[in-house]
Amino acid sequence: MIAPSDEAGLVAAIEAAAAARTPLTIEGLGSKAGFARPVQTAETLSTRNLTGIPLHAPQELIVSARAGTTLAALEAKLAEAGQHLIAEPPHYAFLGAEAQTVGGIIATNLSGPRRIAWGAMRDHVMGIRAVTGRAEVIRSGGRVLKNVTGLDLCKLFTGSYGTLGVMSEITLKVLPAPEATGTVVLAGLDAATAVKALSAALGSPFSVTGAAHLPEGAAAALGHARPITIARIEDFTDSVHYRIGRLAEIWGAFGMVEQLDTSASLALWRAVRDAAPLAVREGDAVWRISVRPSAGPSILEAAQAAGLDGYLDWGGGLVFLSGPGDEAAHAAIANAARRAGGEWWLLRAPDALRHSPDALPREPDALAAIRRRVTAAFDPAGILNPGRLHAA
Amino acid sequence: MIALPQPKADVLDRRDAVHEGLRALLPARAVITDPSRLKPYETDGLSAYRQMPLAVVLPESTEQVATVLRFCHQNGVRVVPRGAGTSLAGGALPLADAVVIGMMRMNRILDVNYADRYAVVQAGVTNLGITKAVEADGFFYAPDPSSQLACMIGGNIGMNSGGAHCLKYGVTANNVLGIKLVTIEGEILELGGAHLDTAGYDWMGIVIGSEGQLGIATEITVRLLRAPEGTRAMLAAFKSNEIAGRCVDAIIGSGIIPVALEFMDRPAIHACEAFAKAGYPLDAEAMLIIEVEGSVEEQDALLGRIREICGRFDPISLKVSQSAEESAAIWKGRKGAFGAIGRISPDYLCMDGTIPTSTLPEVLRRIGEMSEQYGLGVANIFHAGDGNLHPLIMFDANNPESMHKAEAFGADILKLCVEVGGCLTGEHGVGVEKRDLMNVQFTETELDQQRRVKTAFDAGWLLNTAKVFPLKPGTDTAPAPMPHAA
Repeated sequence: MIAPSDEAGLVAAIEAAAAARTPLTIEGLGSKAGFARPVQTAETLSTRNLTGIPLHAPQELIVSARAGTTLAALEAKLAEAGQHLIAEPPHYAFLGAEAQTVGGIIATNLSGPRRIAWGAMRDHVMGIRAVTGRAEVIRSGGRVLKNVTGLDLCKLFTGSYGTLGVMSEITLKVLPAPEATGTVVLAGLDAATAVKALSAALGSPFSVTGAAHLPEGAAAALGHARPITIARIEDFTDSVHYRIGRLAEIWGAFGMVEQLDTSASLALWRAVRDAAPLAVREGDAVWRISVRPSAGPSILEAAQAAGLDGYLDWGGGLVFLSGPGDEAAHAAIANAARRAGGEWWLLRAPDALRHSPDALPREPDALAAIRRRVTAAFDPAGILNPGRLHAA
Repeated sequence: MIALPQPKADVLDRRDAVHEGLRALLPARAVITDPSRLKPYETDGLSAYRQMPLAVVLPESTEQVATVLRFCHQNGVRVVPRGAGTSLAGGALPLADAVVIGMMRMNRILDVNYADRYAVVQAGVTNLGITKAVEADGFFYAPDPSSQLACMIGGNIGMNSGGAHCLKYGVTANNVLGIKLVTIEGEILELGGAHLDTAGYDWMGIVIGSEGQLGIATEITVRLLRAPEGTRAMLAAFKSNEIAGRCVDAIIGSGIIPVALEFMDRPAIHACEAFAKAGYPLDAEAMLIIEVEGSVEEQDALLGRIREICGRFDPISLKVSQSAEESAAIWKGRKGAFGAIGRISPDYLCMDGTIPTSTLPEVLRRIGEMSEQYGLGVANIFHAGDGNLHPLIMFDANNPESMHKAEAFGADILKLCVEVGGCLTGEHGVGVEKRDLMNVQFTETELDQQRRVKTAFDAGWLLNTAKVFPLKPGTDTAPAPMPHAA
């Protein structure tokens, strides 16, 4: 493994690989190596030694971290100033205790429950530095919150799984962490009714920042006897009291409403963020599906028919599933997502599934042609994580 | 003046054939070739630049847009996409050898879905038109550029438009779920949909803000948000820019995220007050408009906290509005700022840099020095929460020397923005206006990498040619520069 401690080291490694046409596996700490399609190369280039937080300007809501900085280290640094990462990136429980890097979170664009209200990680990447497959250092964006100067390569890099370049430093917008957090809970709803309740909460003027439904299995994993449907408010203490009260009124139409205080809320939403309600056994696959919220229940239904279990976040629009990773189950999930106009990611799966053409949603031919040209524009030799997202 | 490329002689020679070709493909009402009817399209919000196009087409469907682009691609004809033509950066400025594709007839709202909180609209729907269609039901579309009454969502996609409420609600890129994009080859791509996250590359992320370089958006799925219970504004006036800047830091540092946090300097206060009679304090050096939202009690609590913070900075005056009417009065001057400057100066350039907010006092001091050097007045309006600075440079367009000085002054301000760690444009876009300043912010390596992305979508560089990227002689990706009197 090549693990440079500075950007010049990244340049040298990529320059050498490009000259020799030696493909590289690109990773941080490798926690997400099981996501999407597998890459098989003789050499790995890691950002794990590119660490540090060169800039934190709390009053400007800006922080810059080198790509190999652990997510936990960045979160701790922000917490010192009473701030947090807006999109609430997950520490998935099924990955075990493995640390993950800031670069990895950005390269996979992973966001937690707050995404429904405040946007995804991709919405908060204000600037990047990266070394492309041409071994050239480029910057995009900067350290300010509003910037439309030139093409937004920050967004292109976010979620690109290391196939365009290796990010060396990322600048993020951050926000003050809320003073208080509250949750309203409904018990015993079926998924379709639950999504209606979540839609009513998200369609209310009270700025709901989390909206999830845990069916029986997922609820049981967190110690609840019946399915739970939950909505979150984060704000100043008085506002949380007021808004939770108003939400409880709205949800009165759906049943008995329970209210959770800050500490119970923090624990519950951390579990939802981290996919902790998923039962993931040895050999199981994990899917993450993005659909319009009202289609969430249809995905759950198809999954249950295929012997899978899961839960809904983002008001119904994000579905987590786990279970036996066979082709029939995957086909059922992919078909249900496709029918609903949605998309999916494999976060863990047997290699056979990860190699299948449907490992990611297929692109129409015209878009695939553009995608190949865009990849080649950054990495003409095809040495960075080849095949990680698309077979060709 | 900024150079436009030499028109393609072979295309100009084929003018009649191009007109005939377009007429064969579209209904007669959709093709404009008569010079008197082309005239309204010769410029946009950057009205110092004018150029009659080869033709204007006004398609009524995505398929018609695809047909026109396929035709232009096959015939090597350049294309300039246009929404309402409100670009302050010359993003819709025509070229003599280009077909302007005007999207204003694609002005229908196709779907509104409150359960899933989105609307599907055609590119020619105005920004405010979306909110108007859903506000009776309590919803709104968040980005609110000053031109929102006229500007179209297709143009907002092109420029990644912002507004005064970005600190909380983000810009266009943060509020779009899906785009139907037509490529220069006439292929129709469905990017995203009604769901939040997309797999693979973030195509919408690179298309939004690409200034028509990558394709033409014909249908857009936007997020709808539920409006808060209410909003209310307050006004705080201070003895210096430095003090007002420190007060902004203190508000953000307290954990409050106001929905709007607007800063005006002394010339802006005076111009707006003379125009709008909003009751602004004329003895102040700097003024903040701060807006919060929530229930009446929540507004009271937040404004109380902010009032207390402002009180620590020796304010000249603090005025917390007690009603929606008083809030509207506070906003009246700010919203009328462009008209106000227009009243005291025959012409003005509206600049659009972004700076780290901590550098505001230094930047305003240096802009003041430049104002004296150039002998031109300037008023500064600043989205203080997000660092987006709008200096309004006053000049006389009928006086070539004044115009030249104003452009040089503007360029110096934008160079200063980059020097202190900011950028050339926060929300207006590069267009032609800032094209030749791009190498102040980017290295040639970085610009070449962006050019390669452009080439991946548009190998012949037919889409909105000569905007965004400095013209690059001797390459196959950009036309050779040629001075061109506008």
